[in-house]
Amino acid sequence: MSSSIVATHRLRHNVYVFALVAPAFIVLIGVVIYPFIYNIILSLSNMNLRHIRDWEIVGLKQYAKVFTERTQPDFYVVFLKTVIWTVVNIFFHVVLGVFLALVLNQKEIRGRAIFRTILILPWAVPQLIVALTWRGMFNYEYGSINLMLTRWFGLPSVEWLKSPTEAFIAVIITNVWLGFPFMMVIALGALQSIPGELYEAANMDGASWLYKLRNITIPLIRPVMIPAITLGTVWTFNNLNIVWLVSNAGEPSDSTHLMVSFVYKAAFNFYRYGYGAALSMIIFFILLFFSLVFMRRTRATESMY
Amino acid sequence: MGSNKNPRTILRVVSSYVVLVLFALVALYPVSQIVTISLRPADRLLSTSLEIIPENATLDNYRALFTQRPFSLWLFNSTFISLIVTMTGVVLASTAGYAFSRFSFIGKKFGLLSLLVTQMFPATMLLLPMYIMLVKLHLINSYLGIVIMYSATALPFCIWQMKGYYDTIPRSLEEAGRIDGCNQFQTFYKIILPLASPALVITALFSFMSAWTEYVVAAQILQDTQLWTLPLGLKSFESNMGSEWGLYGAASILVTVPVVVLFLSLGRWLVSGLTLGSVKG
Repeated sequence: MSSSIVATHRLRHNVYVFALVAPAFIVLIGVVIYPFIYNIILSLSNMNLRHIRDWEIVGLKQYAKVFTERTQPDFYVVFLKTVIWTVVNIFFHVVLGVFLALVLNQKEIRGRAIFRTILILPWAVPQLIVALTWRGMFNYEYGSINLMLTRWFGLPSVEWLKSPTEAFIAVIITNVWLGFPFMMVIALGALQSIPGELYEAANMDGASWLYKLRNITIPLIRPVMIPAITLGTVWTFNNLNIVWLVSNAGEPSDSTHLMVSFVYKAAFNFYRYGYGAALSMIIFFILLFFSLVFMRRTRATESMY
Repeated sequence: MGSNKNPRTILRVVSSYVVLVLFALVALYPVSQIVTISLRPADRLLSTSLEIIPENATLDNYRALFTQRPFSLWLFNSTFISLIVTMTGVVLASTAGYAFSRFSFIGKKFGLLSLLVTQMFPATMLLLPMYIMLVKLHLINSYLGIVIMYSATALPFCIWQMKGYYDTIPRSLEEAGRIDGCNQFQTFYKIILPLASPALVITALFSFMSAWTEYVVAAQILQDTQLWTLPLGLKSFESNMGSEWGLYGAASILVTVPVVVLFLSLGRWLVSGLTLGSVKG
């Protein structure tokens, strides 16, 4: 008798959980699984401009090519650059985002709603025009950045888009500008989950600002920030638009490529579909490895309470 | 003004204002450049002037958008699609995120990770198979097709984000609700969901944005110009003959306005700390 009650209870519980999760997953599986399998097959094939219809499975050849082929620019250099790009961007996005959220979250500040709204503008403006605007701002002769440097600070003009290092810095500056509002909004939301009593108690104990940040704020915004940081990293690693548009498709001389723009060029400029697909799989495994390690270390899949 | 304020508080408030004004200027400057472009009479992208309002400023570009281009049609299409995606995102992510936060079930970890996995693939390589699939399902040139695609892009982040936020809400609140006679769904709907309003705002905003400014997927699915969204319309100002920068700039500013309005209206719930007080005692 009592065991059947437990059984019905468990069944109802399972139906409830299933009803909560299933709709989201049905949409996702439908949209992602098919393209994914298609891409795996493509990565094992020799499909390119010469073999567009009569392509065949050639095994892991394309993967071997990615690692061994002498490409211009070199695969390993591009990989290293992509890592630098991702780390620098995420660092500034998170640090600036959390910092501004903390500043905006002070009750004493007036006009918070207005500052909040101005600060999300970089997220709200269409990326395409922003990228082109920044490209204009980095222009050697007409760009406002060089005009400001020379007129206001008396510094020499910088050839932003002509040399590889400066172009890379220019692209990173643009993307930091684009990305900090997103992290700021997430952090602002996360800060609301912290009960005010915790700070009151800490104040009574005479705790320092740094102590409160390290022992109250950061641990309590973690559950919300960790998913945002993980996905932010994945998105930044795979961000094609900004580099492509600001550097005008990898200028100067293909030196600003990231791994995704490399894929794009292989697939859509050189029609090497098999090679591009293999490269995508490699990117996928790099990100999967990163996320698994990061999630395990931060224990993000477990519940807090 | 508060006589009980000590010098350290005043210093903190003043430096906060300095930081906010500085960052506000940094956020505004490139946007002001776009305003300048939109007000310039001829189609020039570059100029050596640092002024925001250019010489011979004109609103012709804005006028042309509505009189010579189907801007209102694009605006309607984009608004419609983005709102549907937002609603789908909020409903599906708030429920799925709750399950991931509160219940243990077989495949929970796998489910959470597989959500992340969907984001790890370079989008460029998914375009071709995605297109083939949508053609087979007859979803090309349909709102349903684009809404499904956008929801699928936005959901993984939204679910994770909701789950993270629910994790910070103490379980004792649900137990209290159950004792007061709410059933399982009522405790979720009446107690937990209002507390998670900051996360719901983030979910809504993120879903809206992933539909509002997306170009690449839209270009594949919406080929009929009657169905075009704003980003597709904007892109049409670019051509080999020389781009219509004035129109482009004006349209970009107008595209930004609804997002700002949305943020202003939702902002109140983003910063409502309802947890405060509810767990006391």
